[in-house]
Amino acid sequence: MVWEELRFQALLRHADDRLVLGHRLSEWCGHGPTLEEDIALSNVALDLLGQAKVIFEQSIKTDLKKRSVDDLIYFREIRGYRNVILVEQPNGDFACTILRQYFFDVFNRLWLNSLQSSIDKDLSSFARSALKEAIYHERHTKSWVVRLGDGTKESNERIQEAVSVFYPLSYEFFAQDEIDQKVFSKGLLPNTACFENVWKEEVALTLLEATLQFPKRTSTQMLRGREGRHTEHLDRILSEMQSLARAHPGASW
Amino acid sequence: MTEASRQFDFEGRIARDEKIEPNDWMPSRYRRQLVRMISQHAHSEVVGMLPEGNWITRAPSLRRKISLLAKVQDEAGHGLYLYGAAETLGAEREDLINRLLGGDARYSSIFNYPSVTWGDVGVIGWLVDQAAMVNQTMLTKCSYGPYARAMIQICKEENFHKRQGMEIMAVLSAGTSAQRAMAQDALDRWWWPTLMMFGPPDEESPHSSELIGWKVKMKSNDELRQWFVDLAVPQAEALDLQIPDPELVRDSKTGHWISGPINWDEFRSILEGEGPCNRERIESRRESHFGGAWVREAARAYEEKCRKKKALERESL
Ligand SMILES: [Fe+2]
Ligand SMILES: [Fe+2]
Repeated sequence: MVWEELRFQALLRHADDRLVLGHRLSEWCGHGPTLEEDIALSNVALDLLGQAKVIFEQSIKTDLKKRSVDDLIYFREIRGYRNVILVEQPNGDFACTILRQYFFDVFNRLWLNSLQSSIDKDLSSFARSALKEAIYHERHTKSWVVRLGDGTKESNERIQEAVSVFYPLSYEFFAQDEIDQKVFSKGLLPNTACFENVWKEEVALTLLEATLQFPKRTSTQMLRGREGRHTEHLDRILSEMQSLARAHPGASW
Repeated sequence: MTEASRQFDFEGRIARDEKIEPNDWMPSRYRRQLVRMISQHAHSEVVGMLPEGNWITRAPSLRRKISLLAKVQDEAGHGLYLYGAAETLGAEREDLINRLLGGDARYSSIFNYPSVTWGDVGVIGWLVDQAAMVNQTMLTKCSYGPYARAMIQICKEENFHKRQGMEIMAVLSAGTSAQRAMAQDALDRWWWPTLMMFGPPDEESPHSSELIGWKVKMKSNDELRQWFVDLAVPQAEALDLQIPDPELVRDSKTGHWISGPINWDEFRSILEGEGPCNRERIESRRESHFGGAWVREAARAYEEKCRKKKALERESL
């Protein structure tokens, strides 16, 4: 693979994570458990979509097919999407959404923190501003993980269930292939393997504080979102998200 | 002070355009009417999130997705701000919400219409937010301080929403023939319901004269409706869209645009709960509110645990 394509593919992964997760969170808008939380979830969704936008814009600089950001979002087939499986999972209840988000927020904070030292000036300055958002998101979701874990019996059971379903999906954050290794060795993007242990330790501490049990099963090696092998959930997301744009090919909005 | 002299004092303050603040004496009817109005307004902001929220996941470009989500989020903020204003009058948010969910409180009739195309997102921003802005601009001068101040803040955002909606309409109107048809169809469906947003004609408006006397409302329903029509007609022209009112004419003496007759039967059946989406809107709010009860319960329980822990720590010191 030529460098341009490697760079494009590597950035696409992180843009897709944020697009798909931002889309999922936006499904809560108008349906939150309180007005305050409705606003907070939309805030996170807006930040993630904003981060996706910047990363997409960076990625297309080396897209050999010269696609626009909206072409990538609205006219790419499911097999071309490169997000981790975790972010395409349905929202479920508030506990599921919060836990999924917390796992991503910790990863995002570590990733952005490390991205600040990218050799690419645009990416490093993006990382500096996005890191502030990620720290804020993590503080918010962490406080909810603790509140739900150590709240009532019902809330504890709900978020405990989310832990056992979502924890095994988290390994995908750190799984690496040739693309990741090459962009890392060039100093473009962080080496995610480096912060796998930090992620695990921090998450374990939060689970402890939230009086939650560590899950029995911690990894599912079957999932390959980074290779475009998705669950049916992403198909549903795309058929909804792309429906209007695809009904009017060539139109501008 | 006797009741009569308090009343006299209150009326004097209204006459001098002084603002009434939460801790000031006010007639209990003034308080009740304000709680009714402000909570209806808050409910409208929150229920109003639903028709547009319906399109966030299908917005046709990333830019539109982000701006629509931000817009609907703004409405949640308006709701929160307004519930806060109602609380300054001694009402409780939980009670107000329960009245809405129990079907005992009203919200704007407009949100009982379905939003079925992207054109509806444009037209809601352009017309519905603009109608809200006309109403709220008047309310910035309202005699109750907290309500007037909430309106100043909210109006700024509604103006932004209106501009965003007009821009969506302008792009559709200048787009493909299918997009143009989408824009015109949306205008055809939303024009009359928007005119009804200002409420029944003055001769049938039950609360109007009292509210105007207290300077809670500064203009009548028909005056506000006229103000809106005069704004919207030239905008439709600029957008190259046709307002679905064959009788619409300009009065050459006053310069006002005069609409044809409004179908008030339709308005009354919406208020009686027979609109196309009345049931769904309340059902959706009920699902979110009752479905979120365990979350609010957990937050309360956790807070309680923390309080107890702190108290224990203090004792052991
Ligand atoms: Fe609003
Ligand atoms: Fe608005």
